[in-house]
Amino acid sequence: MTIPAGWQVDIGLEIHAQLKTTSKIFSGASTQFGQLPNSQASVIDLGMPGVLPAVNGVVFEKAVRFGLGVGGRINRESRFDRKNYFYPDLPKGYQITQMDQPIVVGGSVTIDLPDGSTKLIALTRAHLEEDAGKSIHDRKPNYTGIDLNRAGTPLLEIVSEPQLKSPEEAVSYARVIHQLLTYLEICDGNMAEGSLRFDANVSVRRINDEALGVRSEIKNLNSFRFLDQAINFEISRQVETLNAGETLSQDTRLFDPDQLETRPMRSKETATDYRYFPEPDLLPVVLSERYIDEIKKEMPELPQVRTQRYHSAFALPLADAQLLAQDRRLADFFDETVAKTQTPKTTANWIKGDLLARLNEASLTIAESPVTSEQLAELITMVDQDTISGKIAKDVFGALWEGRTTSASAYVHEHQLEQVSDQSALEPLIASLLKEHPKQADDLKAGKDKLMGFFVGKVMQATQGKANPKQVNDLIRGKIDQR
Amino acid sequence: MTRPFSSLSQLQSQLKDRSISATELTQLYLDRIEQLNPILNCYITVDEEHALERARAADQQLARGSGGPLTGLPISQKDIFCIKDTTTTAGSKMLANFRPPYSATCSTKLEQAGAITLGKTNMDEFAMGSSNETSFFGPVKNPWDLLRIPGGSSGGSAAAVAAGLCAASTGTDTGGSIRQPAAMCGLTGLKPTYGRISRWGMIAFASSLDQAGPMTRTAQDAALLLEHMAGYDPRDATSLDEPIPKYSQELSQPLSGLKIGVCRQFFSEGLDNAVETVIREAFKIFEQLGATLVDIELPNTPLSVSAYYVIAPAECSANLSRYDGVRFGHRCSDPKDLQDLYQRSRGEGFGNEVKKRILVGTFALSAGYYDAFYRRAQQVRRLIKNDFVEAFDHVDLIIGPTAPTPAFKIGEKVDNPVDMYLQDIFTISANLAGLPAMSIPAGQVEGLPVGLQLIGNYLQEGTLLRAGHQFQQATDWHQLTPDIEL
Repeated sequence: MTIPAGWQVDIGLEIHAQLKTTSKIFSGASTQFGQLPNSQASVIDLGMPGVLPAVNGVVFEKAVRFGLGVGGRINRESRFDRKNYFYPDLPKGYQITQMDQPIVVGGSVTIDLPDGSTKLIALTRAHLEEDAGKSIHDRKPNYTGIDLNRAGTPLLEIVSEPQLKSPEEAVSYARVIHQLLTYLEICDGNMAEGSLRFDANVSVRRINDEALGVRSEIKNLNSFRFLDQAINFEISRQVETLNAGETLSQDTRLFDPDQLETRPMRSKETATDYRYFPEPDLLPVVLSERYIDEIKKEMPELPQVRTQRYHSAFALPLADAQLLAQDRRLADFFDETVAKTQTPKTTANWIKGDLLARLNEASLTIAESPVTSEQLAELITMVDQDTISGKIAKDVFGALWEGRTTSASAYVHEHQLEQVSDQSALEPLIASLLKEHPKQADDLKAGKDKLMGFFVGKVMQATQGKANPKQVNDLIRGKIDQR
Repeated sequence: MTRPFSSLSQLQSQLKDRSISATELTQLYLDRIEQLNPILNCYITVDEEHALERARAADQQLARGSGGPLTGLPISQKDIFCIKDTTTTAGSKMLANFRPPYSATCSTKLEQAGAITLGKTNMDEFAMGSSNETSFFGPVKNPWDLLRIPGGSSGGSAAAVAAGLCAASTGTDTGGSIRQPAAMCGLTGLKPTYGRISRWGMIAFASSLDQAGPMTRTAQDAALLLEHMAGYDPRDATSLDEPIPKYSQELSQPLSGLKIGVCRQFFSEGLDNAVETVIREAFKIFEQLGATLVDIELPNTPLSVSAYYVIAPAECSANLSRYDGVRFGHRCSDPKDLQDLYQRSRGEGFGNEVKKRILVGTFALSAGYYDAFYRRAQQVRRLIKNDFVEAFDHVDLIIGPTAPTPAFKIGEKVDNPVDMYLQDIFTISANLAGLPAMSIPAGQVEGLPVGLQLIGNYLQEGTLLRAGHQFQQATDWHQLTPDIEL
């Protein structure tokens, strides 16, 4: 969108990422999506009298990984607080979250701008909390259903500074965070299942105004598209309101994807005073240097760093580098293959060509690929060493994909697909071909170079494609010259 | 000593030598409950069938010479402890029909050790009260004087033990709720170090202060029960992962060399003169037992009631938010919308004392007031704790009165909340500091029991129990029983 002339926009995002854990943050109940309502709500998730939360330690590891990934400060001591409000899908009447001492403070990520430049976006904080259940309003007239399966699912809330200046920047930032979260296996990133949800704080101000404008918070956006549309609408609405000489009031809004507009939430659903105080049922979270160092050691190379490495050290085109680095499993596959082939460019071509095409066609992820990196590396090496031709290699790849073999070399050997580079085998064949086709041989000698293809083709036909084309070329040229 | 007033250790040996069976003993208490509970109102729920079933199983074990350390001993449990499939009310209309699908860790431990639960005892609603008058199920009468309160909030447990309607009981103590009723009914009541006993399954009042403990006739009995209630529980993050001493085996170590602090601040205005005389007499016993008494100061202790009445309501205001009529507990009829469901379910389900504390706590946590109230109270709490830490550099125990007066009349203080709250003036500081503290019978004033409080250093329950036990070897206040026989 183009920002209305004379105006600037300030956007900050709060991103709620469900952590990829098998059990909930304070109970042993499963976090699996899509089960029967309330079948995964333990007495703790139900907030029964006398029950107590016990923290699932896995969540700290994931939060620390995120903190390290964005270069934030990991609080050696963080604390849980209670955020009090009444809502039927909040069983205890308070949410356990982190207010004063979040586990991660600061940090930043780099986003790409449409003009090709980049921009650093600062993070305020990231903290751990529990998800609420779901209220289902449309099942039964006059009743609201409550499903507490989601209640207690661990969340990492990631808060950015209001440094995003357009809907495009906001979406770009959201995508970078999404990529980082999935890369570090903090969150499965499944937007359709609500694993990642955005709250956008949007305000506008005149170009020369120093102070930020009055902001609206648009809650619970669950796709990049809705994020973009909601912010676009909100900017127009705020600018139009101010242009009409009216004033804005700070509010909380919901986006209606059908009408493409935001509407204020009923005041009942938005408490003004959450009465935070330290959660007395849980001890402060103390993380040792050793614990953090262990996690640091296990950190993978981050996608943006990886892209750079592929681009500069491997000399891959930027687009290829980004394509391979975007998905951690794909990048790992690429790195493993290159480690064996030592030919980054060829390997990249094989992966983004044959392999990704086949995977896309079969709707498989790289983790589900029937061809392993070892198998692919062996195949590529056989081509590089002239053991088989590129054409034969495609067939061997097909055999690997379809499971007709588990090893390129075994398959090639079994079907005798090796390139014939044996001069003693090729020379008599070429000699007899020239004898059979004297006119063409003479014409070739006379300079009709396209007849070279005719003879090469004949040799290939006779060897079932196994002859080394370059060698065949040289041998024919030699014989013709001797004529 | 007639049988219903026997100590656990006496009953233990009678069960072992088969001079009485667990079934006979259980039936004895059940009969007394049937006769006396209509007068005393100390039980909310009695599960006769379950108790007799467990008693028969206990007899089989005893006959084989097997069984646990508490096998066949009939006890009661405060109705704040969830027991699976047993009505657990916390003294509130809100939970009048609540049957939890789980049990409190300490109740489970007691049953695993062989104890027989006769029933669940009456209490101030959600443990908020010092007289047992806030219970939805009506006030409990003090067996020593039926016109008087038994203390609170564990008043039902105290009255049940004092009247011989069980051999021992459990209580919880947030600001004095074990010690004050123990004092008023002539019992031994121990509030252990915060975290010594798991809070899992114990209905929360104020999470940072709540602690379960035994209510018994003797210190020796308290030692026995504590051994089977204490221990780390992964389901309670605040429970302490510390070894459980064999408290019972350390009771006889002499007190010579023990330094006991006498704190000036525990003899403040409001302390009944006759009670003070009883307490000062008791000090002499400790000196005769070889202990040395030293004067100490806990300068911030007078601030404890004020700090407590901010922190406890603040925590309870959040802890009681879950009672919203949505998933369990009282729900109003025909709510017209969500707001109505909340307002009427909570309005009807909670009594006035509970509502008052929720309002106070909500206010203390509100934006603009948090710093002046909640944060300030937490600062005071730290000062109070620091006073104790410093005092325990010099002494092993601190002693004083448990409550400022003996049991008062039912209805006497219901319209005077400040006076009521001052009942806990000597007990609250141990909760704020998280220290173990115990009340033992130390004398009587006009036929009413008076309790002496002992406060120990962190995890020094053993020292408390030892001092209490030796005091009881030298005195017989703990052997007096109320004149309530039919």
